[in-house]
Amino acid sequence: MNIFKYEFKTKLKSMITWSLSIYAVILIFMSLYQNFAEQTSLMAEMMASFPRELLIAFGMEDMDWSTILGFYGLAFVFVQICLGIQAANYGFGLVSLEETEWTADFLLSRPVSRRQIMTSKLLAAVTALGLTEIFIWIASLVYLIIFRGDELIPLEPMLLLLFSLPLFQLFFLTVGMLVSLLVKRVRSVTPLSMGLVFGLYTLNAFGDMIGEDSFEILSPFQHFEPSYIVKYNSWNMPQVTIGLVISLLALAASYWLYGRRNIASAV
Amino acid sequence: MELGKANKTDAVRDANKSIIEVSHLTKYYGKSRGIVDISFNVVEGEIFGFIGPNGAGKSTTIRLFMSLIYPTSGQAKIFGKDCIKYGPEIRQEIGYLPSEVFYYEGMKVRDLLKYSASFYKKDCTKRINELASLMELELDRRIDDLSYGNKKKVGIVQGLLHQPKLIVLDEPTAGLDPLMQHNFFNLIREENKRGATVFFSSHILSEVQRLCSRVAIIKEGKIMRIQDIKTLQRENYKKVRIVAENLDPRRFEVAGVANLEKVDGTLSFFFKGDINLMARLISESRVTDATIEDLSLEEIFMHYYK
Repeated sequence: MNIFKYEFKTKLKSMITWSLSIYAVILIFMSLYQNFAEQTSLMAEMMASFPRELLIAFGMEDMDWSTILGFYGLAFVFVQICLGIQAANYGFGLVSLEETEWTADFLLSRPVSRRQIMTSKLLAAVTALGLTEIFIWIASLVYLIIFRGDELIPLEPMLLLLFSLPLFQLFFLTVGMLVSLLVKRVRSVTPLSMGLVFGLYTLNAFGDMIGEDSFEILSPFQHFEPSYIVKYNSWNMPQVTIGLVISLLALAASYWLYGRRNIASAV
Repeated sequence: MELGKANKTDAVRDANKSIIEVSHLTKYYGKSRGIVDISFNVVEGEIFGFIGPNGAGKSTTIRLFMSLIYPTSGQAKIFGKDCIKYGPEIRQEIGYLPSEVFYYEGMKVRDLLKYSASFYKKDCTKRINELASLMELELDRRIDDLSYGNKKKVGIVQGLLHQPKLIVLDEPTAGLDPLMQHNFFNLIREENKRGATVFFSSHILSEVQRLCSRVAIIKEGKIMRIQDIKTLQRENYKKVRIVAENLDPRRFEVAGVANLEKVDGTLSFFFKGDINLMARLISESRVTDATIEDLSLEEIFMHYYK
């Protein structure tokens, strides 16, 4: 409990910063919607003039921009990227920060097992991510209601989108953690997270463009593609399963690796 | 108490309760050596010195005790229990002071000590205050702002606040001024009187000599020798210094003499053997001054590392 409390406290500031930044992203997109909505025919024309592959790459092909939900789907990709980086940051740093800053000696010489340490740290990270998500859920629903005008919002796909976020973040949290335990030393967390998130985003974009299922099945941007959820009004279950299995494997492997890890000494 | 301990033979010692039992402990980092096939025991109530130069494997051994790293082969037991399997349980009663002290950014001394105390099943508030005043540590300062020596003090208080049964010190005195070293040694002696066993690693021999009852010398990952400090000094070479005019050094070239040197009128050498023989040799010459003394640990140490 003491580790959880301490870890959560250190995440508090970053959690608030991320929540507010993502809130700003949603606010900006949703306030744009009013302008777009008035000129849907113009928008459709502009979109048609782009090469189809480009639209596919950015997941815009199946979006119906004239509905508020379709438009939210576009904003949602950016929300995903931000939340992905946040989760990957927590994942990469979860146990590696103690080693980068040489505090591992202190923590691991306390009378707690590594499993307990890892579980407490994970719970703290998951709590921080969960609170961010709840904040995003509320912000999204509030803005949809404010900006919808006379439109009716179909609740089901909306909730499907929002409830995909915890699993989406779990992927980056656990994979980040696994990578940090596979390498000898993590020097800096953020470049790694950006690399992982944008890498997997690009993987999905190219995969969609080429059109065949290949490596993009490894990308959570594919598992939880908003355009699919909005269009079919359901999760892409086989893909979601792949994402969940990868997360759980990464989680199990992380526990295994951390339990056997030799902690480097400062001198 | 140290005297009593020193006079006990190893047989008696084995009958005592072992606090640390190390058997055939080996650690390789990939291909590079940490320690190789180390075995020794530390018994309840002693202050055990662990001495060797940098890179000999002192920290490796200690990090194995704390299960910060895992052995390649062999085993270490503390309080009769395997270090790895029962790690969390035995660490409840270990106080560890690492050689380099780093703590969480932005934390105040008091917060860190409270965080540390929260891991133990006792109330440590009183002890924290006692230790802090003894070590002249200001509790309300940020750790980042502290000097190296003051950080070391945080480490000392952190290691002792839960009144552990085993205190593991990895080069603890670096950065402490002489006065603080003195306070620190007194503190360790007091803890020892209270019943704590102390494992003291250092490359500074004089401090080991001051504090420890028994010492293990480690070199290139292997234990060279384990002995009572007093026996180590007694059984070894004596240092002989003779001042005389027209002295022929060749007269002293007998079995057991080493490092024979003559500078001006002073002859000095190490001697191991029958002291009567040496006394007779000296008395046969006309000498103005003569001393026969124990080697300091420093000199014994140099002997092992030549």
